Amino acid sequence: MFRPISRQLSQATDQPSNPLDLIIEFTFDGRLMRARNGDTLAASLLANGVNAFRRTSISGTERGPYCLMGVCFDCLVVVDGIGNRQACLTPVRQGMVVEPQRGARTVDALENTDQ
Amino acid sequence: MNRIDNIDSIADRYDLVIVGAGPAGLAAAAEANQLGLTTLLADENISPGGQIYRAITTTPVKRRSVLGSAYWEGLALVHDLEKSVVDYTARTVVWSVEPALDDTGKLIEPTHFEVGLSQTGKARLIRARRLILATGAIERPVPVPGWTLPGVMTAGAAQIALKSSGLVPEGRTIIAGSGPLLLLLADQLKRSGANIVAVLETTPRGNFTAALPQLADFLCSTYALYGLKLLAKSRFSLPMRRKVSGLSIVGSDCVQRIDFNDNGISRSIECDHVLLHHGIIPNINMASALGCELFWDESVHAWTPVVDDWLESSVAGIGIAGDGAGIAGAPSAAVRGKMAAIAAAAALGRIDVASRNTMSRPLKKQAVRLARGRAFIDRLFCPTQPMLRPTDPSTIICRCEEVRAQQIRDVVNDLNVQGPNQLKAYLRTGMGPCQGRMCGSSIIELIAEQRGVPVHEVGHLHLRMPIKPITLEEIASMPQSQAAKNAVMR
Repeated sequence: MFRPISRQLSQATDQPSNPLDLIIEFTFDGRLMRARNGDTLAASLLANGVNAFRRTSISGTERGPYCLMGVCFDCLVVVDGIGNRQACLTPVRQGMVVEPQRGARTVDALENTDQ
Repeated sequence: MNRIDNIDSIADRYDLVIVGAGPAGLAAAAEANQLGLTTLLADENISPGGQIYRAITTTPVKRRSVLGSAYWEGLALVHDLEKSVVDYTARTVVWSVEPALDDTGKLIEPTHFEVGLSQTGKARLIRARRLILATGAIERPVPVPGWTLPGVMTAGAAQIALKSSGLVPEGRTIIAGSGPLLLLLADQLKRSGANIVAVLETTPRGNFTAALPQLADFLCSTYALYGLKLLAKSRFSLPMRRKVSGLSIVGSDCVQRIDFNDNGISRSIECDHVLLHHGIIPNINMASALGCELFWDESVHAWTPVVDDWLESSVAGIGIAGDGAGIAGAPSAAVRGKMAAIAAAAALGRIDVASRNTMSRPLKKQAVRLARGRAFIDRLFCPTQPMLRPTDPSTIICRCEEVRAQQIRDVVNDLNVQGPNQLKAYLRTGMGPCQGRMCGSSIIELIAEQRGVPVHEVGHLHLRMPIKPITLEEIASMPQSQAAKNAVMR
């Protein structure tokens, strides 16, 4: 997991506090999480102690973000019901409902979506 | 700059579309605007800067010394963009670029490109007279056992977390691999309060000797002072282990330890994070999908787009600037971005050839000066075959499709596979969501090894549009041209 660097290191003396520091709330896998507004979803999850974002579609093993720059596609999550979103390219928003991407979609899941 | 947050507000036509808002794209956009070209700068990130100047307008890390002066140099490029009237669209992927057709299905003369954009779930097709690809670099993927475990990331990823969100890894952190970023990141993270328990340097013994002939040139370069300072600092302040090999990351659900060979002795260190780095290579996916000719650049051991003196690729109308056209660093990328914009303005008749030559002369000199020292760095950190051809048969090579080294070796042998495009059909390597970005460079190593030929003879993956995932719904929701309808109607 990741943690914020100390305030002392992040702040410049001549600048007012950044409005982006506002805290927002979202859920991941049903758990309430807090995030810095303006962060990517991937950074917010890492800061909340989440290392594994998804399970692979082949063997079902856990994966977390590898590159954080849109290349590896290992940070895929379901955002507000839409699957295969790259968490590293998605800004976190107040009230976002995020679920891990759990392997490949099944026929059952597709049928449920259609209903 | 006009920041466009709604894809419908993007114009239908531009003189120039620039892909990527790193140093090359930013500089190209500001220059193109100065020269009177209507310009769209499309970038997939949330804010401008690319990876090197990532989040430069929004970073919470305000104390300048933490990210260093080289980072903050990027502000000038963003300010130049802000002063321009360039249309800038963030969070926008360019998923296709193809020659535009008229309603009868014929190529438009003079050439126009049809550019597919997607922003927050909505797609558009627009037209551009020319494009500059400023897609930058990616970290060279070097598969080691366990590199897919949660807790393993690239060094660049950790730097992105620090720049964009002020985050550092919590717990025992190991940085492993080879390349200039290794020490830079170790130093940055340590100063930011991370617990660096070891820096495992894998640069092989012979590399320094091989790079020696280029040392004098390096010592005269802009990198020298900075590099030597960092090197001196690392000796005293970082837990360095040099010339290690055989990295292997072990854990069940996440990283637990890393095993390695420390000059003949097997060692193991328990840790919570492993940050891997093996240098950077050009991000060639879009150039490759456009059919731009690539060449094997042995100095960085990677496929690289061919560009002429005016940074135009083998496809007329497509310029390539910055590290995507050859690794030379951020200041050089900005210079090459400007040159590409000047060349585009000349090609579109906005300036004459004499003005183009006059304007670009000082830039060409700068590019040459900034290239000094690269040969030494490239040679010193050039990966060797044992690093690129994992001996552990269970090493995952294709992360998306979970294809392991032994499977690739067996299939290449049993079915006499000649190249990566043929291997796709047998093993799906390169057919997952990353589209070969993570495995493309390793697959060709294993095929070359099994065939007993140099790696450039094996070729490279042929990419296809769309080069970024897009939903069928997005494509279906776009208005279709008469030519597109005619193509499928009977």
